[in-house]
Amino acid sequence: MTTVSGPALSLRDARMSFGDRVLWSGLDLELQPGEFLAVLGPNGVGKSTLLKAVLGQLPLAAGQLLVGGRPPGRGSATVGYVPQQKSMDAATPLRARDLVALGLDGHRWGVRRRSAEARRRVDEALEAVGATGYADAPIGLLSGGEQQRVRIAQALATDPALLLCDEPLLSLDLRHQRAVSAMIDRRRREHDTAVVFVTHEINPVLDLVDRVLYIAGGRHRVGTPADVLTSATLSELYRTPVDVLDVRGRIVVVGTQEEPGGCEHHEQHGDTSAEPATSVRRG
Amino acid sequence: MGDLFDYSDYGQLLALVHNSLIAAALLGLVGGLVGVFVQLRDMQFAVHGISELSFAGAAAALLLGANVALGSVVGSLLAAALIGGLGVRARDRNSVIGVLMPFGLGLGVLFLALYEGRAANKFGLLTGQVVAVDTVRLNWLVGVSIVVLAGMALIWRPLLFVSADPEVAVARGLPAGLLSVGFTLLLGLAVSMAVQVVGALLVLSLLVTPAAAAFRVTASPVLAPVLSVVFAVVSAVGGILLALGGSIPISPFVTTISFVIYLVCRAVSVRRVRGGWGHRLPAAAAPTPVSIP
Repeated sequence: MTTVSGPALSLRDARMSFGDRVLWSGLDLELQPGEFLAVLGPNGVGKSTLLKAVLGQLPLAAGQLLVGGRPPGRGSATVGYVPQQKSMDAATPLRARDLVALGLDGHRWGVRRRSAEARRRVDEALEAVGATGYADAPIGLLSGGEQQRVRIAQALATDPALLLCDEPLLSLDLRHQRAVSAMIDRRRREHDTAVVFVTHEINPVLDLVDRVLYIAGGRHRVGTPADVLTSATLSELYRTPVDVLDVRGRIVVVGTQEEPGGCEHHEQHGDTSAEPATSVRRG
Repeated sequence: MGDLFDYSDYGQLLALVHNSLIAAALLGLVGGLVGVFVQLRDMQFAVHGISELSFAGAAAALLLGANVALGSVVGSLLAAALIGGLGVRARDRNSVIGVLMPFGLGLGVLFLALYEGRAANKFGLLTGQVVAVDTVRLNWLVGVSIVVLAGMALIWRPLLFVSADPEVAVARGLPAGLLSVGFTLLLGLAVSMAVQVVGALLVLSLLVTPAAAAFRVTASPVLAPVLSVVFAVVSAVGGILLALGGSIPISPFVTTISFVIYLVCRAVSVRRVRGGWGHRLPAAAAPTPVSIP
């Protein structure tokens, strides 16, 4: 595995802006190997943009960004990426195992036979996410939850030191949300992979994350969930009275335009009965 | 039917179209491979657009007394460069094609109207000819095929990655724009080959239909191009063999064979999906047990 001495990711006085519009600035953050960071905030505050910066696709407007001690390069095997969920076309000529294999060697030019070693790594990655049973099924015929597992296997196939996930729980039912979160948690514990997890639903990962980065209204706060997810802190970020409620161990944020603390439960799916449905009125 | 079909001198005819058969087989190979990405990248309309400009180029060459194959290649590459350069996003691309295509076709018609040579030459560019492939043209086709095949071999895997899974491919550092332009140019070359064998109007039957049929019956990234090539070669070579005995151009035979293959593949796929294609192994049907406090 890739061992990194020092932080897996570090941002110093980082600033991201498009023209006059500042998404975030003065961002200081050091992510240690094995640390699980959730990035929270309403839509459009620059959560995905942060991931793009870490991937080296967008330069910072100011400040410093280091990935594993180095400036972000485009296409590093030490960074795994799970993009926002988008279901694959049904006629895509790839099986689950092929998508994972592309994560391993899809960036190489030319036609080459895959080595036994590569096949073994693909099998291992699929097994780690419990996707062995549909390894040979066409990717386009898998359900959203199954595709998401395969995507995580793909991102982890290169054994990255840093895993970036952009809304990996979106459109998954509660059972799959928990399974996917637990999978990522196990990975970082067993392999010391640092995780940056962009989400607007904190509850499925509330017990797993070490720290949260909350971005809202051009301001941000980094700290443990207990520190950041409080009425006082969020009211300050949103500059409007916000209440953070603890409803049977689930956090509910009331009073913002959106409720990034997690009111968008996916109750339309049938198998969420394990969790009592929470209904929240907007403030 | 007697005037349309006469297979009595088949052996001699076969010798006559020796070049055409080689050309058709090559075209099937190239078209089948390129078609995989036409399908993956939703570029069916681009194929049609490029073929009309390729036709205009060939018609211009015919009028000027220049090499028709060269004219068709120049027209194709010009169209491919415009489409690849101007239309990066799918919607832009389609509007660029929609604007270019009628213009190209109009130019082609103009050149043909001005041309005073044999009428068969004109018609052949649109609908294909059995015996149009002389040795010079065959050499052209072989040369162009080698370029396309080498190019496809070089970019195959990154192109597959960036076409099927663009976000992750770009995150892994693949140059999506460059690959797109590169592929469009190779596509342009493949189209110019097809224009010379099946004619501009029917290029889709070899660059779109075979891959579309293959995608119906397999999800393997190895088997899909193999089947696509087999379907395209069977259509092109089979079309010529059938067309030999009659006075009908080869195109209807080629298009009909490729269409029938597509229908069969669709029927197979309907049956497979009903029977549970991509069925999970029973042992793994249950989610991995996870414990969350």
